[in-house]
Amino acid sequence: MTSPPAATSHVAPQADHADKARTVLQRVADLRAWLFLAFLIFGFEIWSRLSFGGTFLFNPFNIQSIAVFAVAPLLLATGQTFVIISGGIDLSMGFIMGLAAVVAAHVINWLTPGLGFWPAVLLGSLVAVAVSAIPGFINGLLVALLKVPPFIGTLGMFGVARGVAFLLAGGTTVPVKNEVFAALGNGKIYGVPYIILVTAVFVLVMHYLLGQTRFGQHNYAIGANAQAARRAGINIKWHLLRLYILSGMCAGLAGVLYAARFSAGAAQAGEPLLLDSVAAVVIGGASLFGGSGTILGTVAGAFVIAVIQYGLVFINVAPFWQFISVGVVIIISVLIDQAQRRFSGGRQSE
Amino acid sequence: MSEMTPIGQPLLEVRNLSKNFGPVQALNDLTMMVRAGEVVALAGDNGAGKTTLIKAISGVYQPSSGEILLQGKPVSFASPQEARDIGIETIYQDLALADNLTIGANIFLGREPMRRAFGFLPVLDRAKMAEAAKSTMALLDFHVSRLDAPVSNFSGGQRQAVAIGRAVYWNAQILIMDEPTAALGVPEQRKVIQLIHQLKAQGRGVIFISHNLQDIFAVADRIVVLRRGVQAGERRISETTHDEVVKLMVGG
Repeated sequence: MTSPPAATSHVAPQADHADKARTVLQRVADLRAWLFLAFLIFGFEIWSRLSFGGTFLFNPFNIQSIAVFAVAPLLLATGQTFVIISGGIDLSMGFIMGLAAVVAAHVINWLTPGLGFWPAVLLGSLVAVAVSAIPGFINGLLVALLKVPPFIGTLGMFGVARGVAFLLAGGTTVPVKNEVFAALGNGKIYGVPYIILVTAVFVLVMHYLLGQTRFGQHNYAIGANAQAARRAGINIKWHLLRLYILSGMCAGLAGVLYAARFSAGAAQAGEPLLLDSVAAVVIGGASLFGGSGTILGTVAGAFVIAVIQYGLVFINVAPFWQFISVGVVIIISVLIDQAQRRFSGGRQSE
Repeated sequence: MSEMTPIGQPLLEVRNLSKNFGPVQALNDLTMMVRAGEVVALAGDNGAGKTTLIKAISGVYQPSSGEILLQGKPVSFASPQEARDIGIETIYQDLALADNLTIGANIFLGREPMRRAFGFLPVLDRAKMAEAAKSTMALLDFHVSRLDAPVSNFSGGQRQAVAIGRAVYWNAQILIMDEPTAALGVPEQRKVIQLIHQLKAQGRGVIFISHNLQDIFAVADRIVVLRRGVQAGERRISETTHDEVVKLMVGG
């Protein structure tokens, strides 16, 4: 028997217009957080003009308040974005943030008399962020080496960080006695608060890390197909270890900025923000199954939540509507994600 | 990575290879050879030792005894990565691709090229990845237009081609393909068979595992039949028949 000549069969190219429709739908789904955001701002603007005869969007005070409001959830959410893309979740971020806030307050108070205002602020902030790497490191050990599911491992760390933070704080808030720290937390340059500048720079760095480096690329690969990543020679354990340290340190930075803004460290500083951070990531277009998501999407997601929360207060609606609105946005967002997946066949079964 | 071996010269030799797991002898004194530009099919029933053999060749298992020679030089690998580094690549049945990444990103997965943006900032060199994806896929006679699309957008056969393309790009001398056609429809199977012909023409050695005798007879030069860990027979495809191969496989 001889081998039959290989026919020059071309794999049938998919119909062009179906391909285009799919691309358009994918783009819309990718941008949904920005569309939500535009829709919300538009809605509040209309409401504001009709009922107060004033503007919502073009009032710099509103924009600044929303941005300041979004700082901490956004910092948590950037770290959470990395973790969720890898197929994990970090539930401990909220209390790591509280822990860092308490540590920053204590260390700055302790160093200020000896070193003066500025060195105490710098050293204290560094120590707080470094300390927040420790629970991150332990999360990484649990998930990467001991194969504990991220949900459980970081839930354990949620409890540990919470307890340690409250113990260090002595069960109360720790006021900071350092005027430079307070000035940094509340000061502005050209009308832009420092903490917004710090957050913006940090978000840009994270955007670069996720989109332009091997670390980010491997993060996507691990989230989509960990076995493929392993076979391609990626050291998954080492990656996950660094990943959870990174998310811990994001929470640490959020804690330091919190302590600066309120001139106090509080163990419960990040408690309500953890779920907001997960919501921001999901609204921003990431899949909780891993493998997809972007920092820019998360930025939009965080602002969707901040705009809802601030906007509802602004138009004098009972604050409980915030929970309902954010909840509805999360559900719509996930529905869009699933519809898009089904339509474009994310993982077709052959 | 090594020089290409002239077509027809021995590329990979397995000599008296044995592997046992405790008292279980999975592979017993097996000898075989793959020449450059040759496709060798491995056939045998489940548990015949095919998988053990390819895992030993690709560095997943350490053989209990015997040796493996690549281009005449004895080699041993502590990991699949080491086998890959000297040109032995395995294409897995379930396609080791990250579905959310582009063809280029999959080809370079784990060894991404970098460039410097603004003269200092290291960033992924996506242009280089896309270029390599385009030329590699063209080499395999697959012409894809959408180099920025994730591989989940492509068909099973195209994804198989991406997996093969990755091996080709990294200059694999020996490609081990485990049931490459099993999950595909008939036209796509044909396309993969065609791909294997091209690998052969490029002077690479292919070890091809399949349950499908039709495919084996369409693409292989020789067939090595395993039965309970030993070599039950070796035939040139041009000098054998389906019936004979089946008899070798079941014994009798």
